[in-house]
Amino acid sequence: MNKSQLIEKLAIRTHQTNKVAEQAVNIVFDNVKQALNSGDKVEIRGFGSFLLKKYGAYTGRNPKTGEKVQVPEKMLPFFRAGKDLRKKVDD
Amino acid sequence: MVKADLIRAIELRLNLSHDEATAQVEGVLNLIKDSLTGGDSVLISGFGQWKVREKKARVGRNPKTKEEYEISPRTVVTFYPSNVWRQEIADHFQSNARG
Repeated sequence: MNKSQLIEKLAIRTHQTNKVAEQAVNIVFDNVKQALNSGDKVEIRGFGSFLLKKYGAYTGRNPKTGEKVQVPEKMLPFFRAGKDLRKKVDD
Repeated sequence: MVKADLIRAIELRLNLSHDEATAQVEGVLNLIKDSLTGGDSVLISGFGQWKVREKKARVGRNPKTKEEYEISPRTVVTFYPSNVWRQEIADHFQSNARG
């Protein structure tokens, strides 16, 4: 499922126009992004949580040339599936 | 941030009632859940992708007792943030580090 399919299904399920559903979808993902970008975390019960995780620097290698590359420390968004989602997917 | 914050944001921005805004947020979450439960990945451009992965059985060890046991095969959800978002965060934290 991609974003436009999600919007279409949401509009049908909630009896709203595609335009309203599109705006709602955008607000949800924009707000999650903004929360993490500003250092906050997002916790949605039954679904999961988003947080920023720090990944340490390491020495990697270019697999083509075998050359050593220093990969600097970085922050990445990390999603942890909630209990309900984890259970349902595994059933 | 929690679910109520998302509902409130939609209420204010789209001028919907509390119930209508709640239906939007629950709808988004449930549609994503349904898709993943059915084994179909979810791709939101600019945000990221949830994929459903099959994990094989492997040997685990209780760190206290050192006892070995088998971790059963399972189906899990993994989220991969989009390159756009990764870059946004990298830029944000670099500019912070520079002051």
